[in-house]
Amino acid sequence: MSTLGLYRPGTSWLHRVPAGAKLGGLVLAGIGSVLLDEPWQVAVALAVAGMLYLSAGLPLAAAGRQLRPLLWIGLVTAGFHLVVTGWQRAVVVVGVIAVLVLLAALVTLTTRTTDLVGAVVRAAGPLRVLRVDPERLGLMIALAIRCVPVVVGLAEEVRDAQRARGLTASPRAFAVPLLVRSLRHADALGEALAARGVDD
Amino acid sequence: MPVIEVRGVSHAYDERRVVLDEVDVRVAEQRVGVVGANGSGKSTFARLLNGLVLPTSGTVTVDGLDTRRDGRAVRRRVGFCFTDPDAQIVMPTVAEDVAFGLRRRGLSQREVDERVAATLAAYGLDGHADHPAHLLSGGQKQLLALASVLVTEPDLLVMDEPTTLLDLRNATRIAEVVAGLPQQVLLVTHHLDLLAGFDRVLVFDEGRLVCDDVPEPAVAYYRKLMA
Repeated sequence: MSTLGLYRPGTSWLHRVPAGAKLGGLVLAGIGSVLLDEPWQVAVALAVAGMLYLSAGLPLAAAGRQLRPLLWIGLVTAGFHLVVTGWQRAVVVVGVIAVLVLLAALVTLTTRTTDLVGAVVRAAGPLRVLRVDPERLGLMIALAIRCVPVVVGLAEEVRDAQRARGLTASPRAFAVPLLVRSLRHADALGEALAARGVDD
Repeated sequence: MPVIEVRGVSHAYDERRVVLDEVDVRVAEQRVGVVGANGSGKSTFARLLNGLVLPTSGTVTVDGLDTRRDGRAVRRRVGFCFTDPDAQIVMPTVAEDVAFGLRRRGLSQREVDERVAATLAAYGLDGHADHPAHLLSGGQKQLLALASVLVTEPDLLVMDEPTTLLDLRNATRIAEVVAGLPQQVLLVTHHLDLLAGFDRVLVFDEGRLVCDDVPEPAVAYYRKLMA
């Protein structure tokens, strides 16, 4: 299974909770996280997140996989706070980020993308008065989720092509073809969406 | 069987890039192949048929529906399958992508679920319903792309080189699926073996329709043209 936090089928209570309620809970958790000020509080929040994973039938290893991409950001953030504000603040800041990422991943792991998109479309309904098309907003979110593995794949292909030609790591030689191929993909995706009647 | 009428169609992306030049053709057969060199205009021709590309001059109709005037109705009748499945799978999981084509069709969630399940089973993807689409093999991705189009039950399926990125086994699987379809199929391909049993083959060269015949003489003409 990917580390993108994509849906894992299941029948747990978290799988059965409506997508809107889970997204609402996630927003509340984000707001509530500003109240976490002590390392023990963060430890409790992490333990609760872990228990939520287990109660959803997901192993703790799945939670660990969600945190792996944050390793370097976490280390840099922790290092900064260790030097500037002390170890306690470092633990709180990095811990809160980890808790929120775990909870956000838990929502996507236990909710089909279509249900998430449906919840966003319903929540964005009032934006129609501002001429925002909620369905288009929902589609944008689904496409963003879908495109992450595609761009990761393109990056791997560009890196392999560089290695095959014996090029050393060069940010420009990596970024330019990746950008060009990503734009080409976006173009093809747009054509496919048109063919499937998105603009109709 | 839908009747495709292409009348006096030219298409140019700009003044110096004329990709189709005065094409006239009427197609009513069930299996039609389109071949031609890269840049011959065959993919543009395919894109004309569901209004993805509108002609610079001339008209394209499918069962009397003009692709310029009745684009929406045409796209409901004409499904399109592209070369690269990664570019046409728009939802993160397999079942969600198949269901995507059924939105705004006035179907209940139950009807959508039933049609998605039946379509996935028909193409051997029922074991992958909740799997991330990007983890499928190349052949499975193309099957998913095809299933996502066919779930909408189009009358005509246009396929633009659907086997170009596939190995022989997967290309054969796609060919078998296509052979079993009740729909009219217009297949653009470089794999000439796929055209065996087709009713008609159109050969394009430098934007012109240069040969229109049954497969054997048309393929022989194309081979000679490419020699």
